[in-house]
Order: sequence, then structure tokens, then C-alpha cells
Amino acid sequence: MNSNDYIIEIRNISKSFGDKCILDDVSINVKKGEFVTILGPSGCGKTTMLRLLAGFGQADKGEIRINGEDITNVPPHQRPVNTVFQRYALFPHLDVYENIAFGLKLQKVPADEIDKRVMKVLKMVSMTDYEDRDVESLSGGQQQRVAIARAIANQPQVLLLDEPLAALDLKMRKDMQIELKEMHRKLGITFIYVTHDQEEALTLSDTIIVMNEGKIQQIGTPTDIYNEPQNSFVADFIGESNILNGKMIKDRLVEFAGHEFECVDEGFGENVDVDVVVRPEDIYIMNKLDGAQFGAKVKSCTFKGVHYEMFVETDKGYELMIQDYNAFEPDSEVGLIIRPADIQVMHKERTCNTFEGEIVDETHVKFLGETFECLPQPGLEAGTQVNVEVAFSKVDLIDHPEEGMLSGDVYFLLYKGDHYHLTIMTDDGDHIWVDTNDIWDKGDLVGINIAPQDIKIVK
Amino acid sequence: MKRFFAQCYIWLLLIVLYAPIVFIAVFSFTESKVLGNWTGFSTKLYSNLFTGDMQGTGSLMLAIENTLVIALIAATVSTILGTIAAIGIHNMRGRGKQAITFMNNIPMLNPDIITGVSLFLLFVFLHISQGYVTVILAHITFCTPYVVLNVLPKLTQMNPNIYEAALDLGATPFQALRKVLVPMLKPGMISGFILAFTMSLDDFAVTFFTRGTVGLDTLSTYIYTDARKGGLTPELRPLITLMFVGILILLIVINIRNIRNSNNAAE
Amino acid sequence: MTKRSSWALPYAIFLVLFVALPLILIIFYAFQDGSGNFTFGNFTKFFTDADAIGTFALSLEVAIENTLICILLGYPAAWILANKKLNRSAVTIVLFIMPMWINALMRTLATAELFHMLGIQLGKGTLLVGMVYDYLPFMIYPIYNILNKMDKSYAEAAADLGATPWQVFWKVQVPLSMPGVVSGVMMVFMPTVSTFAISEFLTNNKIKLFGTIIQENINSSMWNYGAALSLVMLVIIGITSLLQDNKKEDVSGGIV
Repeated sequence: MNSNDYIIEIRNISKSFGDKCILDDVSINVKKGEFVTILGPSGCGKTTMLRLLAGFGQADKGEIRINGEDITNVPPHQRPVNTVFQRYALFPHLDVYENIAFGLKLQKVPADEIDKRVMKVLKMVSMTDYEDRDVESLSGGQQQRVAIARAIANQPQVLLLDEPLAALDLKMRKDMQIELKEMHRKLGITFIYVTHDQEEALTLSDTIIVMNEGKIQQIGTPTDIYNEPQNSFVADFIGESNILNGKMIKDRLVEFAGHEFECVDEGFGENVDVDVVVRPEDIYIMNKLDGAQFGAKVKSCTFKGVHYEMFVETDKGYELMIQDYNAFEPDSEVGLIIRPADIQVMHKERTCNTFEGEIVDETHVKFLGETFECLPQPGLEAGTQVNVEVAFSKVDLIDHPEEGMLSGDVYFLLYKGDHYHLTIMTDDGDHIWVDTNDIWDKGDLVGINIAPQDIKIVK
Repeated sequence: MKRFFAQCYIWLLLIVLYAPIVFIAVFSFTESKVLGNWTGFSTKLYSNLFTGDMQGTGSLMLAIENTLVIALIAATVSTILGTIAAIGIHNMRGRGKQAITFMNNIPMLNPDIITGVSLFLLFVFLHISQGYVTVILAHITFCTPYVVLNVLPKLTQMNPNIYEAALDLGATPFQALRKVLVPMLKPGMISGFILAFTMSLDDFAVTFFTRGTVGLDTLSTYIYTDARKGGLTPELRPLITLMFVGILILLIVINIRNIRNSNNAAE
Repeated sequence: MTKRSSWALPYAIFLVLFVALPLILIIFYAFQDGSGNFTFGNFTKFFTDADAIGTFALSLEVAIENTLICILLGYPAAWILANKKLNRSAVTIVLFIMPMWINALMRTLATAELFHMLGIQLGKGTLLVGMVYDYLPFMIYPIYNILNKMDKSYAEAAADLGATPWQVFWKVQVPLSMPGVVSGVMMVFMPTVSTFAISEFLTNNKIKLFGTIIQENINSSMWNYGAALSLVMLVIIGITSLLQDNKKEDVSGGIV
């Protein structure tokens, strides 16, 4: 594709605050007129990305182009973008009219032209007749409209929106979503929208960019992202899902939850470990076992308005979430079917923990800043650089952080049907992945131990 | 009943506190040279004060003028210096911020005499001849911390995106400062200015040590010298009365404004 | 963003030049004799001079007495002012604040003249009364401020748990208002211990306080001895400041 079709080109942007890496080699292209949403949990780097686009802050590395022009070092007031801030940032000493006219007056637009444009954008955000009001007398929703009007009055080529609806109540948020979509259509300019609300992203966007820990996880249309998540993070973050460990036996055949299933994926190779995602509404549940692929017992059933949400335990002991319009009583035996097209197979990002380490002496190795005891390593001299591998299930978590070799907190957790897959962030900011049957909560402080026989040294 | 006793206590304290000032005010309306000697109602002392028609008023008028000029310059410079500093401090982190806040507190904690002596030693050490300029510098030193303390909370309350919003809409950093930041900090700057101005008006000790030997007098040093010579110049009585009334009016205006502001905020 | 922190630079330089350096100079001059040689002589002179020590002790005594009287008179006043049941008028509060805004020398002079007219002999008694006149508002204001801002539910919770009104006062309100008292002590004790003109007016120069000695030495070009005496005072001030919590109540900022 010709690069001129892109209005924004972000190339290999990295940004750190202190030793904390906020953006790690991020590249994004945005087409003219697109509605792009950057979606991710708090702290994933999405707001930093938006601030770099607006010009509030400098990237450590990389380049940002707008309309093919390098603007990496252009100050914010000279960029053809305008921002709608999360908490509106309306000027309290100016009234509605003066807030909206602020940018136009700076550009020395003639007064009658300013008048026309202010009235036009006020009409667009349905705030006609509010021009003389004091901004602090407006409700949250009205302030939000003025903030949007102020940003579009400058006729930017790109409108940046930083969680603009986060402070509104649910009903207002739904209404504003529809209006934003409509506004995007009328204005025909590019919208870059930042949010942590996956439903908002799915509703509004042409393209969604899912981010986590400073990296792009997936870029795609809402349907792509929902139906074909590329990794377990995206699958878990967008919508409800069952994520299980699986094995690709051969093309079009995958094993998970103790059974083999036909699927539509190819090219993974044979007997390869994978993650499998099945959406709860894609599991067919019925009373009889005849014709079912496998059996299960209903554990709980809750009415959710439109559908029922049920948790079942399969015949091989895995827990699955199912959504269906029919209710099945707890303790009843049911049969389940999953269609090949509804099974989403994903590469595993990693199959075990791998750390860079250094041999200290014959029975000790140093990694993650600590010296661990390991099995005797004949033939390896002190100071040799090695890789250390530790299986997910061999990392031992304990309640008391001070009793562990390392300490950290539970950063992310994923239920995989029969166990939890945890991401632990150590106090030094390193990640350790752990499989466990114990129940931990996000943010729990833990101590981390690894037994000598579970440390595998690879040269 | 409890309320009655409480009110009695309060008003008794107030009567005792205000007795000297009221006493001066009453005797500002008589001509007698000696206080407490009522020689009939007269506004002669007031007219003397304004026409300068008496011995020594020339230097009294000069002292008043000096006091006002010094207070005006010191308060203005302090407000500018303090506001810029507050913006800087607000954006600082860690040790540097701690250090500068600590130093900012020193002139407020130090007794006037220490500030005065230390600045006196500074000017001696640097061989700067003392006079108008050193007095103004000294006043800026003890006034600016109050401006910083009044502006900083306004910055903390401010939505951090406000300044960025101005840049985003096309304002240069200077335009953002002039059109957004300063108008928003104005209440803090005004109360800082008023505080600095009255601090400077009130000061005696620091002026006393930094005015040198060129015969520069402010109202405070004039009164000091005058009183030590024995006996108060009678024209000081109407002056004290007028200043008292002036401050009374100022305080009432400020308090009405504050009450109105807090009512607005409460709406 | 980070660039705006550099706006503090001019003021930082100003502070170093006009606050830090002058204080260092006090120490510098305090340890020198008239011809610029290092010496402890200024301090031995002070500690062996019975008159100077006597003045020093008297200054401390007057300052402590004044502070105590101000607390005794001021706390009840602040408590009444902050109590909505006992005082509904904002005027009285303004009236208590106002003297703080009037030139201290003028107030002192007026007080001295009043004593004079009433035929009261000027001396230590008038000195104390005059100082209480001058500094009482500075004690009342911070205590009033903290009592006024205090959450009423503390008192209600104590009463709910069975405290009598008297116990509520002593066991809840007094301890919670201590930061205000400490601020008041700072605002009263510091100026009284360092005052010079005020004591001269109020005693017709009969009683000398420590501040007066500093002033006399500096004015008669005995800078080194004056600096040494200032350093002694700085130490006293330093010790008093330790009383105060790190988290100071912003007292001065709220006067307007």
C-alpha cells in the first residue's frame, strides 16, 4: 500500500519513565478518516501513546509522521491534531463561547468567522444556546460536549480522545457513544480514541489496537479481535472466554479439555502446545448425551438478563463457562458440542520461564538478581553465561513475601479451566509466569521460591 | 446562659485588645501635644497631616512615601518572582523540590531580627552600600515565600491538562501562560500580593538593619526614632487612626469576597 | 513538561544568595574576631558575661510567660469562636484577626501611651501585658482555624461512646487541636524571644531583652559579637522548631 494513504505513521516508538518501560517499539499506521481505538488496561501505555501524538512529551526512540511529515519534534501548538481530555480541561475562567473560540482567536480568525464556527460546532454537539454559560455550571455530560466542540472547532485533521466518556454514568455513556460515531461520520476526520472499556471499543471503532505492557498485542477490526484473538491476553481482555491449554495433534485436529476436536486451523505443526479459546456463547449445551462430543455436570446457573450464564465441570474435570438462552438446573448432566469454526487456536507466547543467568559456583546460579541453589553443574565454570529454564508449574508461591527468595505481586491472572496461569511482577520489574491450583487475587503480595531440582540450566 | 458568658469573655478580650487603638483614635481629634489631655474637639491634626503644616511632617510624609513605594515594589517583584517559582516548584520532583521548599520556609520561620542581621552581614560582606535598594531586596526576601505559599495550592487544584489543552489548541507556551495559567492563578497571586504588601508595610526589624546610614526612613523606623526621642509626634495619632480604618475596610472587603466565593463554590 | 521545572531556577539562585548565604555568614562572622581570625572568643565572652546571660535568661522567661498567658487566654477564646452554638457572628472573628494586620510598633506605642496616661509605672509588668496585647491574636488564629476545620463527628463519636461533654473536650478536642497550639506557640514565642523595639517602648528602655543586645552590638559595629549572639538565638529557634511537626499547618497562608 502506498504510504500516502496513511495520515498517521508511528514507527518504532519507545518511551521510558525512569527504568519503567512504558512503550516498547510500537509501530502503528492509521488511514485517513479511520476511527481507531487504542484499547488496554490501565498502565498499558495507551495514554502515553496519545500524549506523544499530541506532543506532550518526547519519545526516547522512533518517529511519528502526520501526512507524511515528520512531527516527532514539533511542539504541540503546531501540530494538526486536537485533544479531548479525560477530565475535559475546560478553562474555568472563560465561558462556553470563549472556550470554543480559544484556538480560533489564537489563529486570528476574523470575528464573524469565529462566530459562525462556534455556532456550528455547538449545534453539532447539541449545545446551542449554551454559549454564554459558565463552564463550571454545566453537568459532566455538557462539559464533555463543550470539550469536544472546542477540539473540533479548530478543524484538526486528527481528533485525539483520551477516555472521554470515562467520567460519565452508564446511560450517558451509551448516548454519547452513538453521538460520537455520528460525529465521526459527519466530520470525516480521523479519530484516535483511547479507552479501557472493551465494549466501547467494539461499538465505536473501525480498527482496534489492543495494547498491554507497552506492546501491541493485536491490531484488527472489532470482529477480528473478538473472533480471532491472537493470544490469551486479547482473548481474556475482550469479552468473556474459556482459555485452555491444548495440543495441536495435526492440521485440523486439536486436543483440549481431555478430548480431541476438529478445528479449522492449519500450519501449527504436529504435537505442538497451544492455547485454545472458546467463547461461552459458542458451546452448545443440551439435555441428552447422545450426539454430544463430551459430557459435563452443571455447577451453577445465573440469569443475566438476556441469557443464562452457567459453569459446568466436564467429565475430565475442566471448568467451562457457557452462555445460553435456556437454563439447565445445577447438578443436571448435560452434553456439549463445540463446532470446528468456533475453536480459536493460538500460538503459546512461551512454554516455560526463561531467564538469563550466570554460574556462581558448581551448585549455584544467579538470575533475576538473586543467587539460587541448583543441582551440581559439572563442567561449568563460575562466570559462565547461561540460560535458566523453569517450568510454570514448578514455581512455588508463598503467602509471606519476606520468606521467598524473591518477592513480587500478582500482576495478571488467567483461569485455564483446571488451573490458574499467573503473571508475577517481581519487585525489580521482571516477570515470572506460574501455573497453580491455589487461588490468588490480582495485587496479592507473594514470595517466590524455586527448588534446586526444578532449575534447568541451558548453555 | 453558657452563650452569654462566652460572649462576655470574647467581648471583654476585644475591648481590652482594642483599648489602645481606640484611645489613640479618640485623641486624634484634639490638638493637645500630650496624650490624654483633652483640649476640645479639633481636626487640626488631620489637616496638619495632609497639608504638612507643622514641624517635622516633611520627614513623616517622606517616610510614608518610602514605606508605600518600598511595599509596592517589593510586593510586585515578589508576586512575579514567587509565581514563576511556584510554577517551577510544582513541576519539580524529589530532592530538588524538598530543598527549595525548605529554603522557602526559612524566611517565614526566622525571626525578623535574624533575617535583618543576616542580610546586614551579607551586604557588609559583599561591600554593597546600604540604602533603598538593599531594603527592597530584603523585603523581597521575606515577602516572596508568602506568594509561593499562596500560588502553589492553586496549581495543585488545577487540572493538569489545562495547560496542555491550551497548547493543544494552538497556543505557544507563552500564550498559554498569559491566557490560561495566569488568569487561573490570579486569586492566589492577589492574596499573595496583599500579604506581601502588608508584610512589607509592617516590617520594622529587617528595614532597620538594612537601611544603612543614609537616613532612609520608613514609617516604622520613623516611629521608632520618634518614640525614642521621647513623646509621639501628635500627627501620628490621625495617621494610626486612618491606617486602622483603612485596614478595617480592606479586611471587610476581602472577607465579603471570600464568603461570596465560597458560596459560589458551594452552589 | 520537565522544562517547566527550570522556572524555579531564578528563585533557587535568589534563595541561595539571600537566605542560605546570609545564614552561613552569621556562622562565619560568629567565629571570627575583629581582624578576621578564627576564634571562640565571642562565645566565651557571652557565656562569662553575667549581664548578658541575665538578659538572655530574662528574654526566655518573658517569652515563655507570654506564650503561656496567650495559651491560657487564647485557647478558650478560639474555642468559643469556633463553636457555632456559642458564637454565630463572623464579625468577632474578623475583629480578632485584624490586629495582626496593624503595624506592631504602632500598636505597641499606643499601648505604652495608654499605660502612661493611666499613670502605670513602666516595667516588667507592663512589658508582659503589652506583649500579650500584641501577640494574643497570633495564638487565637491558628487554634481557631484547626478547631473550626475539625470534623464534628469526632466529638459526636466520643459522646456516642459515652464521654461527657467535659471528657469530649479534654480527651478528643484538645489533643486534636494540638497542631494549632504548636503553630500558635511558634507565632508567639519566636517573635517575643527576638523582639527589641517592642520591649524598649513598653519599659521605656528600662529592661533590656536579648534582641536589644544584638541590635546594640550590630549598630555599634561589633558585628562578630552580634553574629555570635544571633547564632545563639538561631539555636533557640531551631530547638523550638523541632517542636513543630513536619506537616505544618499552613497558618500564615490562610489569614486573608
